[in-house]
Amino acid sequence: MTAETTSDTMNAQTRPRTLFDKIWDAHVVKAQTEQAILLYIDRHLVHEVTSPQAFTGLRSAKLPVLRPEATVAVLDHNIPTTQGRRKLDIVDTTISTTITTLEKNTQDFGLPLFDMQDARQGIVHIIGPELGITLPGMTIVCGDSHTSTHGAFGALAFGIGTSEVEHVLATQCLWQEKPKSMNIRIEGKIAEGVTAKDIALAVIGKLGTGVGTGHVIEFSGSAVRALPMDGRMTLCNMAIEAGARAGMVAPDETTFAYIKGRPYAPKGELFEQAVAAWSQLASDAGAAYDKAFTIDISGLGPQVTWGTNPGMVVDVTGNIPDPATVSDPVTRESYERALQYMGLEPNQKITEIAVNTVFIGSCTNSRLDDLRLAAQYVKGKKVSPNVRALVVPGSMNIRRQAEEEGLADIFREAGFDWREAGCSMCIAMNGDRLSEGERCASTSNRNFEGRQGRGGRTHLVSPVMAAAAAVAGHFVDVREA
Amino acid sequence: MEPFITHAGIAMALDRVNVNTDDIIPARFLKTVTRTGLGEALFCNWRYIDGGNVPNPDFELNFPRYQGASVLVAGDNFGCGSSREHAPWALGEYGFRALIAPSFADIFFNNCFSNGILPISLDEATVNGLLRDIEATPGYSIAVDLPEQTVTLPDGRTLHFEIDAFRKERLLKGLDLVGYTLSMDDEIKAYVQRRKQEVPWLFVPTTTAVANN
Repeated sequence: MTAETTSDTMNAQTRPRTLFDKIWDAHVVKAQTEQAILLYIDRHLVHEVTSPQAFTGLRSAKLPVLRPEATVAVLDHNIPTTQGRRKLDIVDTTISTTITTLEKNTQDFGLPLFDMQDARQGIVHIIGPELGITLPGMTIVCGDSHTSTHGAFGALAFGIGTSEVEHVLATQCLWQEKPKSMNIRIEGKIAEGVTAKDIALAVIGKLGTGVGTGHVIEFSGSAVRALPMDGRMTLCNMAIEAGARAGMVAPDETTFAYIKGRPYAPKGELFEQAVAAWSQLASDAGAAYDKAFTIDISGLGPQVTWGTNPGMVVDVTGNIPDPATVSDPVTRESYERALQYMGLEPNQKITEIAVNTVFIGSCTNSRLDDLRLAAQYVKGKKVSPNVRALVVPGSMNIRRQAEEEGLADIFREAGFDWREAGCSMCIAMNGDRLSEGERCASTSNRNFEGRQGRGGRTHLVSPVMAAAAAVAGHFVDVREA
Repeated sequence: MEPFITHAGIAMALDRVNVNTDDIIPARFLKTVTRTGLGEALFCNWRYIDGGNVPNPDFELNFPRYQGASVLVAGDNFGCGSSREHAPWALGEYGFRALIAPSFADIFFNNCFSNGILPISLDEATVNGLLRDIEATPGYSIAVDLPEQTVTLPDGRTLHFEIDAFRKERLLKGLDLVGYTLSMDDEIKAYVQRRKQEVPWLFVPTTTAVANN
């Protein structure tokens, strides 16, 4: 028997458990009532935008951070991504205040910080996995909804608010009600040019942006098993866009091979012990879920969102839906609002929509596999003269590796702006943003009104679809290119 | 935190589904390092026109009849998207104490309880009826009683809502959870000691310098 299961031996013997059940059970410090479970948190990731008020709370209560060694801080959300960036050059004083505030807070409370000059800096959900800070079987939280990304490793990872950030800093625990469980089994084989991003968008389009509310989604099935870690991270990243508390994929050989040798990952004998325990984490045969769906993605085309939430999505070969044909009045009204905001007409062909901006980046799609696929398409081509295009790698490690592989040169020669790591135009806090009416093909996760800048119009796509739109100046079906 | 026991006030109807936290407070207002000053920016992109300077007369928050509203009634999946607690900070500072919708997104829902705001889930047909009644009746006011778990409407109807005992207690007492949890320090320490033996690989410290790749 492995150590991972000893504490729950009785439970494990009586009923088959899901991956989520196993991690949940192992992290219960105290069950006050059924809705008030004190859950232990293994890793806490901190960034500059949602943490300042939490540290203020600690100071006023004269409390230390309980376990600095379980915590990592990084600058990512509002820092510049322009090449050669320096703190001195930031003219927006509110941004420089959030940076110096995190620097001071991490120094005062003894937390490790990856600052703008650190070779390991990057988007919080990129660097956790990349550095081996994210491991299977962990509970991981961060004041950011896309913390669901880390679930790709078979961890229970979810976003929290700033008051909860303060609570975790002070106690390393959180009060939680156990979410319900959901299994989304994805079967079938995807065509070349179709990616994890397309699967995620198709799932949300089919099941809706609220399907996961109150649930932890486990993604299973042959299509998920076939995805490399970068793709699984994209899929779990988007679980929050389906409303889920978290997304998860059971760890397997793909997971273990990814983790091995990462800077903070366990080494040698400890790694072998860990793998033995992690191999027991997958859901038991016959484990029950509160809800289950099976989706066949055979024949799925690249997806393009047309509206103002990620569930408003169609195949690239499709047309903008006509609200007049929608019978549900609530849906019809939201479609009408979305089309008005997006400046689109019913029945317009997706491939006839022209874009002004292309953004390849974000915690959804800025990993090496994403950049490789986009660069492979771009090689030898030029960005359309009507388009500004930028590639923002997810981390400085990815940036360096992409430079070594020659990807950066491909992007630069094609006319892309090749940036340093950060959240950039996904959240549009650092000056990288759309202006009123600008239309963007974006590899990020949210096409909400104003998300990439007030009045900006966002179409969510995969990296290769974004690259193709940059070249053509409008959406194209990459399977035909 | 200000306790929530009972509250009565003007209700505002926001008849939209999937209102996300970017709608509630756009990211450009997240550069603050305090919790205050966000009320003015609540629903900023809908509330103001002409580059953000002129109140938009077509947006509900600016309707004269909704001035002073403190109960917000909205469509399904309210508060979806970003985890930003700036959303309940902005709603609270503006003056909203209770929110009513068919459902709320999980992170936003939790954040409300850290800020003395009560999110109430009622079934969709009831909320749709409420939205219509509010729109048809200027001065429509709603009374919320947390101990009794009821919402009372102007026509005298009383609706029951569900809330778990722990969250209810937090709001009733305005409870600071950090202090409460730290009183369980011994149990947390015992848990950590046990887990360090059982799963030592989860305890590789982040504070140790390691080579990058």
